[in-house]
Amino acid sequence: MNREDFPMLNQDIIYFDNGATTLKPKTMIDAITDYYSNYGANAHRGDYDISFKVDQAYENTREKVRKFINAKEKEEIVFTSGDTESLNLLVRGFFENIIESEDEILITQSEHASNVLPWFRLAQKFGCSVNYIPLDDNHYVTMENVKKSITPKTKVIALAEITNVIGDIRPIKEICEFAHKNNIFVVVDAAQSIAHKKTDVQDLDVDFLTFSAHKMCGPTGVGVLYGKRELMENVEPLNMGGGMNESFDSIQEVVLKELPTRLEAGTPNIAGVIGFGASIDYLSKIGMENIQTYEVKLRKYLIDKLLMIPHIDLINIESDSGIVAFNVEGIFSQDVAYYLNKYNICVRAGNHCAKILKKETGVTNTIRVSLYFYNTEEEIDAFVELLKEKDKILKEML
Amino acid sequence: MDEFLRREIIMDHYQNPRHKKECNDESYQKANTNNASCIDNLDIYVKTKDNVIEDICFNGEACAISTSSCSIMISNLIGRTIEEAKEFIDNFENMVNEKNYKEEILNEALAFNEVYKQNNRKNCALLPYQGIKKILEQQK
Repeated sequence: MNREDFPMLNQDIIYFDNGATTLKPKTMIDAITDYYSNYGANAHRGDYDISFKVDQAYENTREKVRKFINAKEKEEIVFTSGDTESLNLLVRGFFENIIESEDEILITQSEHASNVLPWFRLAQKFGCSVNYIPLDDNHYVTMENVKKSITPKTKVIALAEITNVIGDIRPIKEICEFAHKNNIFVVVDAAQSIAHKKTDVQDLDVDFLTFSAHKMCGPTGVGVLYGKRELMENVEPLNMGGGMNESFDSIQEVVLKELPTRLEAGTPNIAGVIGFGASIDYLSKIGMENIQTYEVKLRKYLIDKLLMIPHIDLINIESDSGIVAFNVEGIFSQDVAYYLNKYNICVRAGNHCAKILKKETGVTNTIRVSLYFYNTEEEIDAFVELLKEKDKILKEML
Repeated sequence: MDEFLRREIIMDHYQNPRHKKECNDESYQKANTNNASCIDNLDIYVKTKDNVIEDICFNGEACAISTSSCSIMISNLIGRTIEEAKEFIDNFENMVNEKNYKEEILNEALAFNEVYKQNNRKNCALLPYQGIKKILEQQK
């Protein structure tokens, strides 16, 4: 649906790499062009009209994000450069200050590098340990396994709401409820879920949530760190500089601003944040429930067709999102991706930055199709047709 | 080389790679070679004696181009002196990078003489050569 809104789709391509980044609607691109063309001044300098307008547009996006994830206050929304920076800011600016050597951090083996490596560094620096919640046979996280993994030393559970290879939706609400009873923080990496299902941080009761704009029809270079107000008050800025300080003098007395500005030093990605606002408007207009329903239906259509092909090994037959990981028997995933590229089909091959997942699935590399609402059954038909004959793939992949 | 033959050679070395095995022999020197932009990841093992390459083998996961390029490279380098090996490597790299090269010494590796047309696969063909160079450069 809504294909006409996406300039990229005017080309003859089938874009199945939405887990990496989504395409951009024209309204989002126009919002950025409008800023640069018509009111391209700096933010937080509102002494003249166009600068005041920038301030308003920038802060409007914050309010849009608040509403989109149903946060209580817009001060709980901090703009970053992306999900990776959000997680790093959180680990270094918050957890570094409270972690102790005997503490345990719980993640899973299907996390993306951005929700693994910051914790590894924390563990190396402070001597705490990183442990894994075991996954079930479908590579899902179950409450039973969460409960089994928690010990009196568990400080934080950090996991993706939807993983980028398996595509399972984790029971975040139940995890938060159980974790909070045991005084454990819950950090949710929403990079893969934010654009594919409704997110309500108050209902989930997560402590922190992170995501990137570019995976939700927004621009690259913008992300969000959400945290409950009382916790965000204790996040220390990693960057010191302009915009975030109230005052300073030559004897090094520095007074910082309040949230969220305190955590956004320097001139922010104003154009990106304004474009991000337009992408939130766009997604809200379609409706997150509609997007999820469509995606699940489309995925089922694809899975049913792939199951009919004997030389396709599906990694995640069961999944709650638009992600399908598979291999063509006996052919390296990247060769299949090159073959599909000859027909202008964009898929991703590899380990998808989930390098420890192979311990769980026994498979290092896969082809990943990640669908979105502008993909169609016709595109899936064309794609499946190309995979039906293994000889054709072998013949044309070089 | 015509397209049919080129394809035959590459597919043959991809589906039946020569000298691909695990190697735990400590008399071999090991180098890992991987592509930052893709997922090819190969370990190459070389045994040299008195300036001669006695044996080479490799292991790992890589695409058709990398795997076959590695298999062909190894088949051509075993038994050569270090200097001869370096000459072979230089010529192969020159071919892929569209510089002057001696066609007559590259044998089956000529199957990659048009890989330069696919920019994203040039690195795949060169990958095993980067690996073995790491080892041979220590042999001076």
